[in-house]
Amino acid sequence: MPTVRFLLTGDTSLSVEFGNEISEEINAQIRAFVIALEKSDIPGLIELVPTYRACMVHYDPGVITYAALTKRLAGVLDRLDSIVIPPSDVLEIPVLYGGEEMGPDLAFVAAHAGLSEQEVVNIHTATEYLIYMLGFTPGFTYLGGMSERIAAPRLPQPRVRIPAGSVGIAGKQTGVYPIDSPGGWQLIGRTPVKMYDPNRETPILPKAGQYIRFRAVDRAEYDEIAAAAEKGEYVCRIYPRDKEAAK
Amino acid sequence: MSVTVQNSGLLTSVQDGGRIGYQQFGVSVSGVMDPRAMKVANILVGNEENEAVLECTMLGPQLHFDADNVIAITGGDLGPTLDHQPVENYAAFVVRAGQTLRFTALRSGCRAYIAFAGGLDVPLVMGSRSTYMKAGIGGVEGRKLQKDDVIGFRAPNPDVCNLAQRRVAPEVVPQREFTVRVLLGPQDDLFTDGGIRTFLSETYTVTNEFDRMGCRMDGPVIEHKNGGDIISDGIAFGAIQVPGAGKPIIMLADRQTTGGYTKIANVITVDYPIIGQLKGGDRVRFVETSIEAAQGELLAERAALQKLKTALGPARKREKKLFGLFGRKKEA
Repeated sequence: MPTVRFLLTGDTSLSVEFGNEISEEINAQIRAFVIALEKSDIPGLIELVPTYRACMVHYDPGVITYAALTKRLAGVLDRLDSIVIPPSDVLEIPVLYGGEEMGPDLAFVAAHAGLSEQEVVNIHTATEYLIYMLGFTPGFTYLGGMSERIAAPRLPQPRVRIPAGSVGIAGKQTGVYPIDSPGGWQLIGRTPVKMYDPNRETPILPKAGQYIRFRAVDRAEYDEIAAAAEKGEYVCRIYPRDKEAAK
Repeated sequence: MSVTVQNSGLLTSVQDGGRIGYQQFGVSVSGVMDPRAMKVANILVGNEENEAVLECTMLGPQLHFDADNVIAITGGDLGPTLDHQPVENYAAFVVRAGQTLRFTALRSGCRAYIAFAGGLDVPLVMGSRSTYMKAGIGGVEGRKLQKDDVIGFRAPNPDVCNLAQRRVAPEVVPQREFTVRVLLGPQDDLFTDGGIRTFLSETYTVTNEFDRMGCRMDGPVIEHKNGGDIISDGIAFGAIQVPGAGKPIIMLADRQTTGGYTKIANVITVDYPIIGQLKGGDRVRFVETSIEAAQGELLAERAALQKLKTALGPARKREKKLFGLFGRKKEA
């Protein structure tokens, strides 16, 4: 790992920088590093914040000093290649596409792409999107891998309130709004699943390093899932990613 | 067993040591802006250091007590009075049911902290009572306090032991010019040598765009090598972000977890109380220090707080003595 750098981010955290580009390869190294750190016996670790190409490590200098910690982290990095990393999980998110209520901009996205609405849905549901990181708001995922065929510009005038669960496209990005918020993404559908629920045992569903795959559902299934989700009884399907099949 | 908010003040919210462990999911840490003031207030009333307190900004609230309790007010001096009689900052005192706490004038700093013996009865959300207004969680309904809110006491203790000794010298004093120590990084290498020199030698003035998320400053432009944008990474409390325009922004308690602007340096932990008490017009100079010195100072501060705690002794009568008493009775 010749390119990895330790950068100071104050006296109670540091940034372990793996590179300076957005790539699945770098993100996979960060995922391996996080798994290795979670398994390690390094004392004083408080919190890890993985991002596109770096991982922030919060620690207690009363337990371990900067000098001692960087030494231990270098040891973890040296052994990174020998660690067995389980395949990433794929989190399946059911989505009701189109319609004035749920996906008012699907028609625009289809027209912009020169495709039918069904073709846009087929393309959007065909990909396993890598969750590079979360940020911006609780549960907001920065996803990679959307087909450029369905890319679409942002709305000229952002909406004042977009309901939680809305699935949108902005440029080459796609994602889900985890909380009600203003925004300018083209809305193509909505998931009945709560990506974020502060009172749930696991408040945030998606995790950096996982993949998301959207699955189209009809209105009946949407309502069924929404009712179960409201009672906290709906569990998203999560399955290990088959790298070969994904290609 | 509660206080009723008769006037909310400018921005009063429940805050504690912050929501730890959820930054990887995009959840801001929140928590107090001046951690040291919170810790001292809590120690004075016999609480655990990171217990939830009320953070009051510039214009404090008016609070009516319907039960006896011991409180302490620390941080900025917002001119506290109890039934119109001035009360001291940085000292624990008893408030009786029926009395009213008010704040009359901003004399120093920006934020006062009120600690209540036994803590406040607001729910833990993701392990913290801190109010995170953007996501609407924590504190009282996820928002700043408003008139007629009623906040319960968890375990009020009007009989805090050793009350007369529970005072320290005020730590926030009237002052408008500050020196803040920083560690360069994580992106100091994306600035020119001249840019780093400017940052470490010029004076920066706090603008009126300062809130719990960040503190925007004005002053000489800090020169980048190649623009102020980066691929987003994590942001620590006290990170000094410099976007393309070259003016620094200090990132504070409610900062977003990640961001795409260059960060030239980070304020050291023992100087958080300075940046947490800044207000518009204050002038700041940044000086570089080393990680060894910064961590040494942090451990020294922790030791001093521990010493204060030990000197004050327990807030409630020792349970050990009770056991001893019963033990002897049994034997007899």
